Amino acid sequence: MNNLLVAENISKQFGTFTALNNISLEIPEGSIFGLLGPNGAGKTTFIRIINQITMPDSGRMLLDGHPLRPDDIQHIGYLPEERGLYKSMKVGEQALYLAQLKGLSKAEAKERLQYWFERLQIQDWWGKKIQELSKGMAQKVQFVVTVLHRPKLLIFDEPFSGFDPVNANLIKEEILQLRKEGATILFSTHRMESVEEMCDYMALIHRGNKLLDGQVNDIKRRYKSNTFEVGLVSSDAEALRKELETKFRISDTEFKSINDDLKLQIQIDPNDSPNDLLIYLTGKAQVNHFVEVIPSVNDIFIKTVTTNA
Amino acid sequence: MRNLKLIIKREYLARVRNKSFVVMTFLSPLIFVGMIVLIAYLVNLNSDVQRVVAINDESGQFVNEFKDSDEVKFIDLSSVETEAAKGIVKEKEYYGLLHISEFAENTIPEIQFFAKEAPAFGFLDRIERTIADKLTNRQLLDRGIDVDLIEASQAKVEIGIQNFSGERTSKMSTYVKMFFGGAAGYLLMMFIIIYGNMVMRSVIEEKTNRIIEIIISSVKPIHLMLGKILGTSLAGITQFVIWVILGGVMLTLVSMIAGVDMSAMQGPQQQAIEQMSDNELQQLVMDIARLPMLLLLVSFLVYFIGGYFLYSAIYAAIGAAVDNETDTQQFMLPVILPLMLGIYVGFFAVIENPHGVVSTVFSMIPLTSPIVMLMRIPFGVPWWELAISFSLLVLTIAGVVWVAAKIYRVGILMYGKKPGYKELYKWLKY
Repeated sequence: MNNLLVAENISKQFGTFTALNNISLEIPEGSIFGLLGPNGAGKTTFIRIINQITMPDSGRMLLDGHPLRPDDIQHIGYLPEERGLYKSMKVGEQALYLAQLKGLSKAEAKERLQYWFERLQIQDWWGKKIQELSKGMAQKVQFVVTVLHRPKLLIFDEPFSGFDPVNANLIKEEILQLRKEGATILFSTHRMESVEEMCDYMALIHRGNKLLDGQVNDIKRRYKSNTFEVGLVSSDAEALRKELETKFRISDTEFKSINDDLKLQIQIDPNDSPNDLLIYLTGKAQVNHFVEVIPSVNDIFIKTVTTNA
Repeated sequence: MRNLKLIIKREYLARVRNKSFVVMTFLSPLIFVGMIVLIAYLVNLNSDVQRVVAINDESGQFVNEFKDSDEVKFIDLSSVETEAAKGIVKEKEYYGLLHISEFAENTIPEIQFFAKEAPAFGFLDRIERTIADKLTNRQLLDRGIDVDLIEASQAKVEIGIQNFSGERTSKMSTYVKMFFGGAAGYLLMMFIIIYGNMVMRSVIEEKTNRIIEIIISSVKPIHLMLGKILGTSLAGITQFVIWVILGGVMLTLVSMIAGVDMSAMQGPQQQAIEQMSDNELQQLVMDIARLPMLLLLVSFLVYFIGGYFLYSAIYAAIGAAVDNETDTQQFMLPVILPLMLGIYVGFFAVIENPHGVVSTVFSMIPLTSPIVMLMRIPFGVPWWELAISFSLLVLTIAGVVWVAAKIYRVGILMYGKKPGYKELYKWLKY
């Protein structure tokens, strides 16, 4: 698969503060890429470099195989975390203005705006001023403006903050639809659920350094510890626990169930088969629950960030 | 370039469509004309009432000296006793009673004015002058001096001023030059402050609205800044032109329809012009005509635009550096100080000596040169001084815009910080 965006050894200093330290990333075409990191990690600086708002001190940013050019802004749609609109300007006029700044002609912009306004059922807002709209409404307008010029690369910085669940879902559907139509999407967020749900690829940066990157499933595989969560029914639970303790690394855990006497996490050697464990357990007790523990992105995030602190 | 045009258009429309702009633009001339009409009306009203003043002249020597006018009518009550005259004045509600006592040769009579309220200063002054003139003339006659002879020997002196190339000027022309230069300089200062502030507020607005990052991902910060400055200046020029046209049209209309005597309200100047001989009036017109109008107009435009650009760039940088308008105070001093200095140097040093060292130096320093040079130009400035001053201005504009753009670029994306000068200096290196 082709990479739409490639960052090569990007570094950026602000005075003595290192915002980005030698970051290299590859964002495959057609993927949804999650850029993760705690607050102040350098996500926004990285995105600003893609948008040519800030210039890197060193390194190159390649879009479609060539270094970024000024007219590449036409191929990028950016919804910043800190977003707003002119308060006293009418919605339609404002959207037209922003679309024209992205290189669309007035007629083209108008046509596409009509399509999107109908699609999101916000036609009535055309002549209203932003100050008459609620925050969520304004964000819908911002979303439309971001995608209007059909960019190859869409960058969303914390896209769901400020949306109510209904609209958040609506926007999520629209984003997935855009990907289907061929757009590549870069998410910057510290909300792990959305990464878990939507992203194919992810990268984790912390204090300007890239800690890990790759396909989400690969990363999870890398971080799994061959641990299984089991729920057992046994007449003598204490004896069974003692016996298991001698054979495996176990720890108590908690999950919802009706009648399990023992709830444990059992870790086996990477070379051992889960089947053997299951066979062993069925010989000792009734097994109601047997699940491999897959680390959530959240777990990986916390683990990586704390070990690198 | 396309984006710059779009930004200029948006900024211009945003300013021009603003309600307060519309109100200011169309209401100010109305208010201005309204005030003039009101004043003219009040002046007329004031003099409409003819006051009646009774004269009780015991000496009988002055009563015929007082001539009736539109404002005052005199009634002779010399035939009755003073107390009786007072009674009549009170009863008939006359404005007042002027009482002149009998007096011996070479003394001065006792003069009193009885009235319900203290009379106007000008009115008293006229009465005093009438009596004093009469007395003076009489005393001169008594001493054997011919009054007509004195009148005939009054000499009037006027210095004719000429420069070496034979052009005539006059004191009047100095006033004319002062007026034109001063007006131009003052106008420029007002324009810079009003519209510079507008640029600054608009930058702050974009920051607080948080639209800035959306815009900045489509256009270069310098384009946004320049677009803002240009768009706002166009709005300013629009307002100015509307004022001039509207003011002119309305003044003519009002004076035609209402038939207000425009000269009635120009009291002092009117008198001054009346006192001038025809010769002087001609001289005034000649002086105005002889001003280097084309040079004045061109240099006004050049320095107007140059000065405005210089200061708006600073205003834009200040707007970018702060989060809200209250934080701008600490940066305002370097903007206001040179402007004030320019105005004061202009009004004191230039008028005292347009080609003195102070005037010349300040018309070279870029921050004050637009104002001071505009004030100097009517007095005639050598072309090489203009060239130096203008080149310095252009160079400084380039430098200031460059620095401002750097601060702007960093500042518009900074939130929550209240930077000092040190911080701003650091931003230059980002």
